[in-house]
Amino acid sequence: MFRIVKNDNLPRWKAIIFRICAILFGFVLSGIVIAALGFPVFETFRFMFAGAFGSEILIQNTISFAIPLAITALGLSVAFRMRFWNIGGEGQMIFGAIAATFVSLQMPDDTSGFILIPLMLLAGMIGGAIWGIIPGIFRVYFHSNETLFTLMMNYIAICLVNYLYNDVWKDPAKHGFSGIKAIEAQAHLPKLFGVQIGFLIALVLAGALYLMINKTKFGYEIRVVGESEPTANYAGMNVKWIMLLGILLSGGIVGLAGAVQLNGSAFALADGITGGAGFTAIVIAWLSNLSAPLIIVVAILFGALKTGATAIQMYPGVPSSVGSVMQGLLLFSVIGGEFFLKYRIVFSGKAAHFFRRKEVISSEEDEKFISDDWNHPNSREESSEQEGEK
Amino acid sequence: MSDTTNNDANPAFSMRKICKSFGTVMANDCVDFEVNKGEIHALLGENGSGKSTLMSVLSGVYLPDSGDIYVDGKKQDFHSPKDSIACGIGMVYQHFRLAEPMTAAENIFVGTEGFLLHKSRKNALIRQFAVQYGMEIDPEKKTYLLSVSEKQTVEIIKVLYRGARILVLDEPTAVLTPQEITRLFSVLRKMRDNGCSIVFISHKLNEVMDLCDRVTVLRKGISVETCNISDVSVHELIEKMVGKKINLSILRPPVSSDLQENLKVINLSYKDAKGLTKLSHISFSLSGGEILGVAGLAGSGQKELCEIIAGVLPAGDGDIIFEGENITGCSPRAIIRKGVSMSFIPEDRLGMGLVASMDIADNILLKDYAFQPGIILKSASVREKARQIVKDLEINTPSIFHPVRKLSGGNIQKVILGREIRLNPKLLITAYAVRGLDIHSSYTIYDLLNEQKEKGVAILYIGEDLDVLMELCDRIMVLCAGEITGIVDARSTTKEDLGQMMSGTKLYEKTGEAIHV
Repeated sequence: MFRIVKNDNLPRWKAIIFRICAILFGFVLSGIVIAALGFPVFETFRFMFAGAFGSEILIQNTISFAIPLAITALGLSVAFRMRFWNIGGEGQMIFGAIAATFVSLQMPDDTSGFILIPLMLLAGMIGGAIWGIIPGIFRVYFHSNETLFTLMMNYIAICLVNYLYNDVWKDPAKHGFSGIKAIEAQAHLPKLFGVQIGFLIALVLAGALYLMINKTKFGYEIRVVGESEPTANYAGMNVKWIMLLGILLSGGIVGLAGAVQLNGSAFALADGITGGAGFTAIVIAWLSNLSAPLIIVVAILFGALKTGATAIQMYPGVPSSVGSVMQGLLLFSVIGGEFFLKYRIVFSGKAAHFFRRKEVISSEEDEKFISDDWNHPNSREESSEQEGEK
Repeated sequence: MSDTTNNDANPAFSMRKICKSFGTVMANDCVDFEVNKGEIHALLGENGSGKSTLMSVLSGVYLPDSGDIYVDGKKQDFHSPKDSIACGIGMVYQHFRLAEPMTAAENIFVGTEGFLLHKSRKNALIRQFAVQYGMEIDPEKKTYLLSVSEKQTVEIIKVLYRGARILVLDEPTAVLTPQEITRLFSVLRKMRDNGCSIVFISHKLNEVMDLCDRVTVLRKGISVETCNISDVSVHELIEKMVGKKINLSILRPPVSSDLQENLKVINLSYKDAKGLTKLSHISFSLSGGEILGVAGLAGSGQKELCEIIAGVLPAGDGDIIFEGENITGCSPRAIIRKGVSMSFIPEDRLGMGLVASMDIADNILLKDYAFQPGIILKSASVREKARQIVKDLEINTPSIFHPVRKLSGGNIQKVILGREIRLNPKLLITAYAVRGLDIHSSYTIYDLLNEQKEKGVAILYIGEDLDVLMELCDRIMVLCAGEITGIVDARSTTKEDLGQMMSGTKLYEKTGEAIHV
């Protein structure tokens, strides 16, 4: 009855409208679920929105949730561009935070924040980079599977924190209770507009990454390596080095997120310090199509969903898990929508009579024949239009 | 459309007024195509003339916008390839669709009810087909061990077993040696005599003249003419395809007298990661202002040779001397810097040399960016270059910001070649530069190469079409299974000699005598 055909040349504006529709569809689906659970749909939505953006404090909460998500997603996006499936965001964040804590424990208690903060952030970057480069080296030199490797590195990092927490770095001041000494007050990240300045770091990083990927030689190399290693090799690129450098950068940024989380909101190292950001960031990076500016937007959306979900608990009877349900449904419709962006369904047989007229866009194979027509009058017309757009 | 002389003939199928458009482009515009029972019918046309679309409609892959298909006089609606197979239409694609680890027999019976047949029954069935049409096949052999022509035989038996009486062969000779082509033709003739109908798609007009009974020419989605082969000449066919007179002979500018040796390869050997010998004891030299052709069946070591010279693959053994300097083991970038350019066009065109999702400008940048100072990309000058290449090579693209993946094969090849030539190389390695290109584009590329030759560039031209190799190149080196079986003067050699060398008979330069090994 129907077939699935590749759909290659959707204009950009259509794709954007399509994605917006997918998000709206996600909200409609959530509405149906909320209604089915017996709660007032619009009230719940209103409460959620108010919970996320309703007051200055709530907006500040939303943004502080978004900070680790954004920085981690930015870091992961670098690796994803090279098709290095870095699932180890959690581990790299944690190891970054471990390294930062290490610095804080080593320094005298009265060290100035001007020295302590940069040192801790730098240590976080180095820590994340180390945790990332280990699977990186194995991938580059021994072709091991980085997905599993980075995933397993997460658990090692978590266990390491627990070991430090309960034994090596156990704070004697806690009188036998487990726990690592909190960082000194002067090491806390300063606040701007009531939010820790991690958001500035995220914004600057997003801009810098955008420029690096699109405007520098190294960014170009990363893009080429991700698309086709043979081509990169052929063009004389040192694929192994580019990969390793990219992974170092990716791990470093994720480690920075760990340190920012430590210095900006957690203030003490524990195994829950990431709040799952390392995994959520994978989704954010993909939803934003690995584009740095979009990552910021999507991360704020995720932050809002989280604060919003906390807020609806205040509405009598609505459980906060409704927020998780919404998160899931939004992801479902956005990611499901990507399928319809890349493919279309062609109906045949009786159904074809209804749909045939709509069958305009060509499949990948069709494309070959069309564009082969090197002086077809129509294809010329099309070209001038598109050139104008540019 | 002119009437054919075979008025009394019985059409096996006819396609009437087939229209198929993609977006605003009419790929088929009211095409009529009719093939009789017991004839070999050639379908000719340049790239983009609508051949493949027409055959996709026939095989049920595309639904036509309008038009009818009649098989044996009965109107049929094809909604999927299954419907088309049920009507006895079989496609033999250029790129085989076989499962490599399975045996020939398993590939033939896969997906049919006969899968549960007893092995010996199956093999007997296969042999029956083979004997009937004079084909050779070992049903028990694993597919990856089969030669290209054996694989093709498997494909043909596969469609015959599914009851095909109408066979469509898409460029079946592109990968065969002259000897294998002769054998294939005799098989096809036997099928014709048995009442099968064969649609033969080829770019090689000599073969069409030799094999076919009638011919239909498509041009820009319109069927230009159907006529008997005996009534037309090669020249007339080309004019019909191209729509204008075209000078067919490839120019071969004379080699200048003061040849400077540019490249010398000494005793080069290479084994791949699995330990298979891909090249053994390759030695040859190449001078500036000369085109050295490389002939050989696909997979005879051409790819490895190119990649080793370009530094992409490490040389196993032996030396490569470029302008008196040993470049063995240099990095690809160092070799590029010295003035070696490689345009290798693999089967999928995009596997190496281009980044599919990037636009033309970014792809031109691939070879330039490393030589720009600083860490920031300078794309303005590259855009200018890209525009120039698009203009010079008549690349058909909406803009230089169009992803190359969306360009047609010919245009993709022009982008690669244009980029490589723009680097002003001293040595240009080009592999399969005209693969799948139509006549017009091919000649543009021959002209480009000749231009480079006259500028004193040494050119290593890896080719497929022997006619072209013999007309374009100065000398031809033949590779077979990673060994040089001969280096001959392109002006004096014959196709038969080349064919023999391609299949492993060593021919020694100068003596011109064939020695069987």
